[in-house]
Amino acid sequence: MLKIKDLHASVEDKAILRGINLEVKPGEVHAIMGPNGSGKSTLASVVAGKEEYEVEQGEIILNGENIDELAAEERAHKGVFLSFQYPVEIPGVSVTNFMKTAINESRKAQGLDDMPANEMLKMIREKAELLEIDRKFLSRSLNEGFSGGEKKRNEIFQMAMLEPKLAILDETDSGLDIDALRIVANGVNKLKSEDNAVIVITHYQRLLDYIVPDYVHVLYEGRIVKSGTKELAHELEEKGYDWIKEEANA
Amino acid sequence: MDLKDKLVSSFMALENMLDVDTAVHDVRSEAIKTFEDKGFPSKRDEAWKYTSLNTLLKHDYSVFPKQENAVEYRDVKKYFIHDIDSYKIVFIDGKYSSHLSQTTHDGMDVCLMSAALSKPKYRLMIENYFNKAAGKDGLSSLNTAFSQEGAYIHIPKNKVVEKPIQIIHFSTGTESALMLQPRNLIVVDENSHVQIIERHQSLTDNQVLTNSVTEIFTNKRAIVDYYKIQNDRSTASLIDNTFIRQNRESLASVHTFSFGGQLTRNNLNFYQEGERIDSTLKGITIIGDKQHVDHNTLVHHQEPNCESHQDYKGIFGDKATGVFNGKVVVDKIAQKTNAFQANNNILLSDKASVNTKPQLEIFADDVKCSHGCTIGQLDESAMFYMRSRGIPEKEAKALLMFAFSNNVLDSVKIPEIKQRITKIIAMKLGVNIGFDL
Repeated sequence: MLKIKDLHASVEDKAILRGINLEVKPGEVHAIMGPNGSGKSTLASVVAGKEEYEVEQGEIILNGENIDELAAEERAHKGVFLSFQYPVEIPGVSVTNFMKTAINESRKAQGLDDMPANEMLKMIREKAELLEIDRKFLSRSLNEGFSGGEKKRNEIFQMAMLEPKLAILDETDSGLDIDALRIVANGVNKLKSEDNAVIVITHYQRLLDYIVPDYVHVLYEGRIVKSGTKELAHELEEKGYDWIKEEANA
Repeated sequence: MDLKDKLVSSFMALENMLDVDTAVHDVRSEAIKTFEDKGFPSKRDEAWKYTSLNTLLKHDYSVFPKQENAVEYRDVKKYFIHDIDSYKIVFIDGKYSSHLSQTTHDGMDVCLMSAALSKPKYRLMIENYFNKAAGKDGLSSLNTAFSQEGAYIHIPKNKVVEKPIQIIHFSTGTESALMLQPRNLIVVDENSHVQIIERHQSLTDNQVLTNSVTEIFTNKRAIVDYYKIQNDRSTASLIDNTFIRQNRESLASVHTFSFGGQLTRNNLNFYQEGERIDSTLKGITIIGDKQHVDHNTLVHHQEPNCESHQDYKGIFGDKATGVFNGKVVVDKIAQKTNAFQANNNILLSDKASVNTKPQLEIFADDVKCSHGCTIGQLDESAMFYMRSRGIPEKEAKALLMFAFSNNVLDSVKIPEIKQRITKIIAMKLGVNIGFDL
């Protein structure tokens, strides 16, 4: 599914990723953990195609194809989805119309006609139900005045609508109370299949109780310094990151 | 001979040719003197600091179009809001086109200025209203001196006009350069309601300069909704001078959509002359190339308990330039005034520019007056967010721009106009998505 080879990236000449290697196979869930400023969100943004980041070295390969040079929208059309840590408010664009535009643009890129309106409505209704989203919510301006929890639920709703092959959830658990966390995790789990993969970026082990990872990686100073199974997440929760830093700096 | 001299010397010839009332003749003679005295505005005038007419005034305009050009409806249908039933007052090169128009005298007058200026039955109306709102500046005076044609609309009291009235001025290519002076008079009596759409459209690439004056009177509790669609060719320029005198409890709104033309100057003036009046001035400007659009607004609060709402959005690409100068005057007597003004702009290129200038003169002490203006760029984080969902750059930009201008579109009361404007915007942005925001 995704192969990242020796990835180096910087923003405004400041090196942030310093040689990331990662392989994610279909059907897998990977968790990326690490202290603040270790490069987790940068990794997510670089894979999704944010132009502010300069890829200086290495490759990002999605299903055998190098996607380094592709625009963010082209990566989305190939099945990459990023759930934002801070979803952007877009006043004047309703959730429904945003989704309609996004889906039909993806279909256009694949040479398909627009999705028929009734089919779209049905899909919106189903996915909204899955995330326990009120229908009234869908006619509101995208993320405008949404609570933290509503924003994150809305991100996973969009993921459900777009059915990505590779979903990267960047700190989806931040700002969520326990009920919202359960709803979001439940949504992600229902969308999981043998054909897609999920990368969960998180600070805490809490989310991983609900979305159980096959592998856990620890990112520190732009490199993956340790990989393991879900037990590693428990260890980190218990002992914090200091021992990782010490090991890495040793 | 420069344009001013040419116009002044043409005036006598015109006056001898016209069939108008003595009273009107006096008004016109007075007006040409004012124009002779004041002439065209220059950058020395504070109100014209950012808009220069110099280039436009160099053309050798023909002042009296020689011949009427035939225009077929099918060729110009697209310039009408054609999917609704409406009254139409249509002019070609300043002359009335009866076959494109649909006027009425049934319970109201939706007809021609030339008739109103010459027929005895309109004498009283003309005496009471003609040139009673228009300013005494050079350009308005020039129009007054040369005014012979335009729309004359009188809605008597207690009448809701069931369909909108479209006023369309076409210009054709028979003259190499043409100057037009359309003059509209609209009087809406007590409790009546009318919707009006105005458009100026050049059909060829010959130079056109239109200096238009529209006088609107809203009497007690009358409602007027006015829509100006400005999407002309790059060889056409428009100076729109609109003056609205509102009587108590009346509601007047003007929406100005500026997408085309070489130079467009909107002088929009509201005078509140009674209590509990509501005035709305809104606009969307989306231009590129070297286009220039200037909104110069005035709301004069002269009585207590009134409101005014101004909301102008501008998007400027390439080397386009924009101006917003919004003046609000609140007289000492006009307590409890609520005046709101906003002007937000997005610059899409390094070479585009906008000058925005709120101007508040408040002499009353118990009022709420707010103003705000912003100039910015498209939100990059919003762009990445949308693109990461699969919306391509151009479409994402368009969606953001639609969203940016949406609260102006929102208050448009005729759905077909909203659709049309949405379509024009989509065409301007080169996208083909049916946003129904």
